[in-house]
Amino acid sequence: MARMKFLCDAERCIECNGCVTACKNENEVPWGVNRRRVVTVNDGIEGAEKSMSVACMHCSDAPCMAVCPVDCFYKTQDGVVLHDKDLCIGCGYCFYACPFGAPQFPQAGAFGLRGKMDKCTFCAGGPEPDRSEAEFKKYGRNRLSEGKLPACAEMCSTKALLGGDGDTIADIYRQRVTVRGKGAEVWGWGTAYGPPKGGKS
Amino acid sequence: MKARIVVVVLAAAGLVALQGCGEKPQATAYQHGKYQGKPDTPPWDNAPLAYTGNSVNQWTKGDQKSWTDEIKTRNKFQNEYVRIGD
Repeated sequence: MARMKFLCDAERCIECNGCVTACKNENEVPWGVNRRRVVTVNDGIEGAEKSMSVACMHCSDAPCMAVCPVDCFYKTQDGVVLHDKDLCIGCGYCFYACPFGAPQFPQAGAFGLRGKMDKCTFCAGGPEPDRSEAEFKKYGRNRLSEGKLPACAEMCSTKALLGGDGDTIADIYRQRVTVRGKGAEVWGWGTAYGPPKGGKS
Repeated sequence: MKARIVVVVLAAAGLVALQGCGEKPQATAYQHGKYQGKPDTPPWDNAPLAYTGNSVNQWTKGDQKSWTDEIKTRNKFQNEYVRIGD
């Protein structure tokens, strides 16, 4: 059985925000809501700058599920944490509980109006019938039901962001780390993609 | 006698400690079309799209294993060492 996870390779992420754009476009996420964003640390410091794409990590023991007062969350058989917007009251507890800041709240009004929570669905839609108009409007595209993986991971130009079955992406990452070897002294292309072939740089 | 008690206590403590190495089943039960009371349809209960042609074998509607195989096959396309060669 697949257990869906995201994995971001900080050595490869170039902060292009392609994943953010892919997510916004694929799911027609409203203005002001970012289901995915890229976080950069040590910005501008040569050799120390690292970026990482962050969204809902679909935790195995999700804190948002634990704190939700109306129990609107559920976890699917393939490990995707989803929620029912018809039950959500927009209280924001999940936002405080989430270590990744994944839950987002649309603010449409002029007086700090907080709408129902919106977050990454691993492109798995929600409780509405799969691939229906209602599902798309509330939760975005249901790519898993189409046999596809999340748009952010599939669109990633450097393949820094991996998404899919946890075992499979762990295998991909393991192979990558083995090929590129120890990268403490080098950074940039060498660390991300391994040493050049034939000693040519 | 004392030594035997110590051995039994240590063995019991070891067993308790080993519990931490176990893994609770994380996949939740899907009963009567619902996950924890919320209705949803598993992705494999949909027919594959006509144009999803990445893998040779498309999944069969309702067959979880064939859908998982399809997803894992597609997943491997994220590995450029496989996709474009080493």
